[in-house]
Order: sequence, then structure tokens, then C-alpha cells
Amino acid sequence: MIYDFFLKLFGNDVLAMLVSSLIPLFILVLPFTLVAVWLERKVSAHMQDRLGPMRVGWHGWLQTIADLIKLIQKEDIVATDNDKPLFNLAPILVFAGSYAAFAVIPLSSIFIGSNIDLGIFFIIGISGLVVAGILMAGWSSNNKYSLLGAMRSAAQIVSYEIPTILVVLTMVMITGTMNLRTLSEMQTGYFWNWMIFGGPDFGVAKFIFIPLMIAGFIIIYISTLAEVNRTPFDIPEAESELVSGYHTEYSGMKFAMFFLAEYANMFAVSVVVVALFLGGYQSPFGYLGNLFNAHWLIPIEQFFWFVAKGVFFVFVQMWLRWTLPRLRVDQLMALCWKYLIPIAFVNLLIVGIITVL
Amino acid sequence: MPVEIEENIKTKSGNLRTEEMILNMGPQHPSTHGVLRLELQLEGEVITKVIPHIGYLHRCFEKHAEAMTYPQVIPYTDRIDYLASMGNEFGYAVAVEKLLGIEIPERVEYIRVIMAELQRIASHLVALGTYGADIGAFTPFLFCFRDREKILNLFEITCGARLLYNYIWVGGLSHDLHPDFVRLAKEFTSYFKPKIKELNDLLSYNRIFTERTANVGILPVETAINFGVTGPMLRGSGLKWDLRKNDPYSVYNKFDFDIPVGQGLMGTVGDSWDRYFVRVLEMSESLKIIEQALEQLPEGDVTSAIPKRVKPPVGQVYARIENPRGELGYFIISNGTPNPFRVKVRGPSFVNLGVMDELCRGHMVADIITILGSVDIVLGEVDR
Repeated sequence: MIYDFFLKLFGNDVLAMLVSSLIPLFILVLPFTLVAVWLERKVSAHMQDRLGPMRVGWHGWLQTIADLIKLIQKEDIVATDNDKPLFNLAPILVFAGSYAAFAVIPLSSIFIGSNIDLGIFFIIGISGLVVAGILMAGWSSNNKYSLLGAMRSAAQIVSYEIPTILVVLTMVMITGTMNLRTLSEMQTGYFWNWMIFGGPDFGVAKFIFIPLMIAGFIIIYISTLAEVNRTPFDIPEAESELVSGYHTEYSGMKFAMFFLAEYANMFAVSVVVVALFLGGYQSPFGYLGNLFNAHWLIPIEQFFWFVAKGVFFVFVQMWLRWTLPRLRVDQLMALCWKYLIPIAFVNLLIVGIITVL
Repeated sequence: MPVEIEENIKTKSGNLRTEEMILNMGPQHPSTHGVLRLELQLEGEVITKVIPHIGYLHRCFEKHAEAMTYPQVIPYTDRIDYLASMGNEFGYAVAVEKLLGIEIPERVEYIRVIMAELQRIASHLVALGTYGADIGAFTPFLFCFRDREKILNLFEITCGARLLYNYIWVGGLSHDLHPDFVRLAKEFTSYFKPKIKELNDLLSYNRIFTERTANVGILPVETAINFGVTGPMLRGSGLKWDLRKNDPYSVYNKFDFDIPVGQGLMGTVGDSWDRYFVRVLEMSESLKIIEQALEQLPEGDVTSAIPKRVKPPVGQVYARIENPRGELGYFIISNGTPNPFRVKVRGPSFVNLGVMDELCRGHMVADIITILGSVDIVLGEVDR
């Protein structure tokens, strides 16, 4: 474990915890957001018969870095009528809320920022910070469009947390743990041990679970799409209606923080879904490290599978974004309250009965 | 469907007074299709009144035209509805020719029809693409612009310009067609037919798109007639009214084509989806006309009938044509000099915009964009 390694190195548990929690941020999340922004532009461009960024680096892969440098240089505009403390705090909260989730996500079997037992609970709780940040941004901007965007966003995220939590609860009932590492370890072996295929236990229950798990997976995927404000649920920033929603008034690095937080969030929800349903960092076909008797290789492979699965779902999010139009705010709420929540409840009930039996 | 508004919220301690919010949408807003300012009165997110404020793109076309000779006005007509310049020139040329009472060679008429119909497709592509973008689907927008590019290339080989052509002159055309034009135009028609199906698959029948547009901004046919609404908006409400059939000008009576009308396939007749879909169907009808015109294209000289000096007799004329956005009319008064005494344009966008308030009341802010997109205004024409 990385934490134990640092504990031996520093001899101080707080310092070790801090360093091991920061590592995912620097080796994975920050580089990932840079790549994801570039990927989004490339995916959208190729879907639309264009090339996208081509000038900076090979096929424009340095474009995001160039953009970030540009954004750092920009003037940080704060209008006179903005509520300054809230205005300055909002991007920090949004940024922190979306990055903090990575602290408890296991990147491989030996690599988890903070191996706490309430992992999934922590993620759901900490993502509440994002809502607070968005509301603050909308209110403090003193702009009607921002306010409308923020109100929509808060309503949307709070509503869609319910189906997410219900599905998470279903998973907790089956597995009996909230620790994401334990959850991933349970799904080891081959892909039929993944929770979406009924989990590791063979028997009648496994085959009953399969349709329920697929339903749960679809519900949680749709609700996480809404939670990170992606099309078809990108109503808070609906460009054509609200200019760009709650971050209309932001410029420079504060805008960049919202922007990067959005991409970090996309990855975070993708890997949470992967950890719950698709085996987390587990390989679907066994490990090369076992084959060649090189056990040091396994964590690296696991890291590869983790990133690959996460990026795949981020890609699906982009794919949806550039294909689908946007729902209206009342239709969005109707989808959540009329369809997702009842189905999630029924799912929870059936799984509960089966688990008790 | 329109939402009912509660005037006062009753609580135990008495009535809670609520206040209307006034939101300015535009003139710098990504979805007002130009510099339109909409003043919205909101009750929460529900609209109680929409007041369009226009004039941000006013360029004094009508006054300007009085200082020009008749042929000199043509480049200015291009700039009225800059997405349908060929149509604007066409209408002006028809009006002045009616005033002069001159006969036009067959070939000129055919080329004019081909150009006007190509322009109609190009203009509808912009309308449909931006409509998709308004509703959040950005990819169809670029697909539409990719196809529009092919039409602009055809215009470019014809007259050198891609947006403002100055091609259709009083009594004729500025140039004959490029030798390759007929071949390239045929290539375009065969290329474009499958693209309409692609657009339908991607956008028209998309469930989210129909949810957003069906039953939104319903325009009953009586209201449409009372407000003088024309073009795809009127046809979307179910009335078969198209000047190419009802008051044929040029050589339109020689072609076989249909007038698509809104049928309420996804909701009620006259909703935003109907107005959108009428435009999609009109594109295939325009393709039919282009194909027939290319087949029948007669030989001849396109500049022979151009008068050396345009000096119409004293009198007045009103000529109207079916532009992509509706009835484009020119009312010209001549006092016998080489300059028109008065040129009045009846712009369809301007008239169609008048019905906005009627359409939007009771809908939500997001629907404003849907409705405005389905009205399909060009601010150059609204303000002139």
C-alpha cells in the first residue's frame, strides 16, 4: 500500500495520509483533465467532419496547455456588484469538491489515496460541495442568467442524487461494504465476476441479479450524466439559453477552475460507476503478471484497466453530448422523478428481498 | 403546453407578494440569431410577455435606394436577407421588370429559378442547423453547414461571390452559367438527397428533439393569417399557401412540385416541430424543381434583354415572390426618373416576428429559444 510506504518513510501518519491523497491528483487527475479537454475537442471535431485543434503539438495535443497558459495570463475580472467573498470562494469549492472524490477511489489494488471504509459515502457527501459552489457562483455573480443557471443546476443535481444514492444503496446491500477497494477486490477474476453480471457468487441469485444490475447500471449512468451537467442534461449551462449559466461572469483562472472541475467530475463519476458495476481496476481477462509470474506487473496492469474503463465512459459521455439535443428543465425533472426514482426504488426492493432470502 | 401562473402564493400568514422578473435577452445573445433584443417578463421561469426590440441592424436600405439608379439598388437588396440574397435580387428584378413591362428570355428565367431554389435549400439548411444548435444538438449544425458549403461553391463558380451575389440583374443576369455548372449542380442534387435522410435520423425524429419542439409555440392558422405570417410558418400551421403555386411568377408553373404543410405528426398542427419539418420537406421539393429545371434548361443569351438605361414610366408596382422565409414583396413608385421615388420592402422576417408574443406566452425561458428558432428570422431583413 502506498500509504504504508509513506508511513514508513515519514513516520508521521498525517503527513503520509496527505501525501498519498495528493498523489492521485497529480499523477492522474490533472493530466487527465488536460487530455480530456483535448479529447473532447477531437471527438467532437471528428464527429462533425472537422479536424479540431491541429497546430500546437502533434494533432494539437498541447492545445489545452496553451489554453491554460492563456487563461492564467488573462485579467481576473470582478464586477463592482459581485459579492466578492462568495464570488472568489465558489470556484475553489467546485474545484475542491470534484477533486476530493479521487481521494477514496482505488486506482489499483495497492494505490488508493485514502482507504476509508465509507468511501462511496464520502464521494456522495463531498460532491455536495459542488452544488454549494455552483449556487454561490450564480448568486454572487449578480447576473440573472447566472442565477437562473445556478438554480437549475442545484435543483438538477439534488434531484439526480436520489436515484444515484438509491442504486448505490442497492450495491451496498448486496456487497455489504462501502469501501471502494473492498468492492473492487470482490469483483476480481474474470469479467463475469463483475457486479453488472451478478457479482462473484455463483448460484441462482447471480442470474436473477443480472437484469436488476443492468437496470441499476443504466439508472446510475443517466443520473451521473445529469449530476455532471452533460448533454442531454446540460441545462445549467445551456449555451443557447443562458449564455453559459453560472460561470458566465467568470474569467481567467477562475473560469479555468470551473472548466477543469467539470472534466474531473466527468472522470470521477465514470470511475465510480466502473468501481460499482464493472470491476473497478480489475482486468476482465486475468493478468499478464500472473501468467509470467511477475507480480510487480499486476498493479500497473490494474492501473491501465482503471484508466481505460474510466476513459471509455468519459468517451461515451462525449459521444452523447455531440449527438443529442438538450432536454428542457421540466422534462428533466419529470425524467428523474417519474421514471428513474420509482424504478430505482423497485430495484432496491427486489434486491433487498433477494438478499434477505 | 402553456403553464398557468399563480398570481399570489397563499400562506398561513397572508398572501406572499411575488414580483415579475424582467430579463433582457440580447442584443448580444448566442441564440437571438443576430442583434435582436427580447424583453422578457418572467414569473419564475414562465413567460408572461415578450417584447421584441428591433433596429440594431438598421442600415436605411429604403432611403438609400432612393439615391440610387434602379440597377444600383441590386447590391443593396443582397443585404436585406443575407441568407437568401438570390431571392432578394430575384424579387427586385421581377418588380422592376413589371414596372418596365419587358419580356425576359426563357434561359434567364430558368437560371433564376435554379438559383432561387438552391438559395432556398442553403437558407433552410442554416435555419435547420441553427435550430438544432439552439436546442443543444451541435453536430447537425455543422452537418448542415457542410452541405450549404457545396451550394455556396456552386454560387461561387457562377458569379464569384459566396454570400452577396449581385447576379440577377434587371432584364437578365450578370453572367451566363459556368460550362461545368449543370454537371456540378446535378452532382449536388444526387449528393444532397441522402443527406436529408441523415438530418431526419439525427435530428427530426430524435425523441429529445421532438419532446422539446412538439406542442411548443402552437400557431393556429387563424392567428397566422391575422398577423400576416407567411412562408414555412404559415404552411406549418396547415395552410397550403405558396406564391410559387398560388400566384406563379417566372416559370414556376412549368415545374411539378408539392407544397408541404404541417400535419401535426408529433403534436399539434402548427407547433414548432411542424414549422421545422416543413422546411425539411421543402428542401426535397426544391431539389425536384432544380432537377427539372436543369433538364429543361434552354439555350440563349442571358444579357440580351438587359436595358441600356432603366427609366421606367411614372407609376407604381407591387411584386412578390416566395422567399425561404415567406412572402418578400417590393413596392416601387417611379416618378419617371432613373432613380426610384420609393422602394418599400415587405420583409417576411419582420412580419413573422410580430407573432412572437402570441406564441411565447405561458411557455418557459427555454422555449423562447425553440420558438424564436422556428420563426427563423434574419435580422438584416427585420431591420433593413
